[in-house]
Amino acid sequence: MKKKIRIASGQGFWGDLIDAPYHQVTKGDIDYLVMDYLAEVTMSILQKQKNKNPNLGYAKDIPELLRKILPIANSKGIKIITNGGGVNPQACAEACLKVARELNIKSLKIGIIIGDNIKDNLDEIIASGYDLKNMDTGESIKKIKDKLLSANVYFGAFPIVEALQGGADIVITGRTTDTGLTLAPMIHEFGWFENQYDLLAAGTVAGHVLECGAQASGGNFLGDWKSIRNMSEIGFPIAEVLPNGEIIITKHSGTGGRVSFDTVAEQLVYEIGNPKEYITPDCVADFTSIKLQDLGKDRVKVYDIKGREATNFYKVSCSYSDGYSAVGTLTYSWPEALTKAKYGDKILRQRLKNLNLRFDEIRTEFVGYNACHETLSPQLSEDKINEIMLRVAVRSHDYDSVERFGKEIAPLILTGPPSVTGFAGGRPKPNEVVAYWPALIPKKLVTPKVEILEI
Amino acid sequence: MKKIKLIKIAHGRSGDKGNAANIGIIAYDEKGYTIIKKYLTAQKVKKHFKGICLGKVERFELPNIRALNFLLHDTLGGGGTVSLKHDAQGKTLAAALLRMELEIKD
Repeated sequence: MKKKIRIASGQGFWGDLIDAPYHQVTKGDIDYLVMDYLAEVTMSILQKQKNKNPNLGYAKDIPELLRKILPIANSKGIKIITNGGGVNPQACAEACLKVARELNIKSLKIGIIIGDNIKDNLDEIIASGYDLKNMDTGESIKKIKDKLLSANVYFGAFPIVEALQGGADIVITGRTTDTGLTLAPMIHEFGWFENQYDLLAAGTVAGHVLECGAQASGGNFLGDWKSIRNMSEIGFPIAEVLPNGEIIITKHSGTGGRVSFDTVAEQLVYEIGNPKEYITPDCVADFTSIKLQDLGKDRVKVYDIKGREATNFYKVSCSYSDGYSAVGTLTYSWPEALTKAKYGDKILRQRLKNLNLRFDEIRTEFVGYNACHETLSPQLSEDKINEIMLRVAVRSHDYDSVERFGKEIAPLILTGPPSVTGFAGGRPKPNEVVAYWPALIPKKLVTPKVEILEI
Repeated sequence: MKKIKLIKIAHGRSGDKGNAANIGIIAYDEKGYTIIKKYLTAQKVKKHFKGICLGKVERFELPNIRALNFLLHDTLGGGGTVSLKHDAQGKTLAAALLRMELEIKD
């Protein structure tokens, strides 16, 4: 058994710094590279791509990334784990194998995890008495079944462990929890059992710290952020893990950013609910038990973590089509920028009304004044305001209304208040609104499947 | 009684959980944690976000890391991709909470 493993975060979301994984595999020693690509809405986008082309539906960045890092990872023995397989891990793995062959790599095993996509089994599941009630509203999924775009179960670490035990160098999953990506190598390397809840919770906490990339190492830090050094070359976080579940969060030396009590604490409280029950498919972690010790030199010990047995349910993330939206913006300058923007908004709303358009919601914000903190924004005297961006957003189930709204923005330039600019990029087009439907499903109804593809 | 600006004693981070926003507030030291634990109540947060948070506010304590976590229900205009808000994910709400002044006993 290894005495210590180093797991590196390579991506906090799909769209994060493209070269971060490259820096993680080149600027120091690591054993595993983990990359999270899937936000809740991502699955519906990928499902649409797959509907058009059965060979798509995964994060296309991955094969391109491998072209750059696979030779290095392969020679150093670094294993790669990612949930970027989206709704098509099989196609993603095949694209990766193609890259590997082009790189003349002689031997490579890619594990894929499938079985999370339950969209096509939904009728069966409902027939067996589970109607995937919305966790927030309690409504039955029958309400939106006809508009459903995707339905995926969140699997945890154990299917990935199975792939690693099968010798996988790379594991590509569909919908898997972000924390499971980081926990899996610990279970695999240290032989942790399914009932060692404190250890599983420790790995889960490490996963939570890594899952948003540099948000744990000085990025988006609301403390004394100006003192964070060299943010242009920010180092992504690394978890050093001991077999007893002791974790040290750090980053490669020489990189920018900071790993301190404060930066790790901010990430620990990010997007959590009741900290006593952080629920994953692997365990229930108690975030109130977490202790932090700042060891200096960008090293923070995370320890004493307690966990409990997992629940009997998987979380299901469904998405469905729920109308259309569009956003229009115009910028007004001094003098009286805010007053002009308010007039512009009033004129626009009257025109929309005169046209008898149908909207579920029209929202106006004045960027530069109240778009972020709304009613908490202090009043400003007009003379102090240099410019204001008027931002009007609409939502409707009537496509034509949203499309017509898009045509009513630009005319304000010649038919409304003066000193207005910033209408670039053409008319705002209606975007499909993809709404999210969280639900639970008994674990016994879904089985993850692990397959190994190889050269 | 004296007034303390929350931003002087704490930092934090916020994000979305569906249509709820989560705001984690972390005191810079133990003394600061004693103050926020006593004075930064769920009711005060609810009042602070009047007109923004339309649902209830839940408060949780994480004393080991000197933090409080707040869940602000019905706050993000429908949440995620449905919301028309510029800050649909509530990313700037931690800063908005740090605008608060706490009245504390000397």
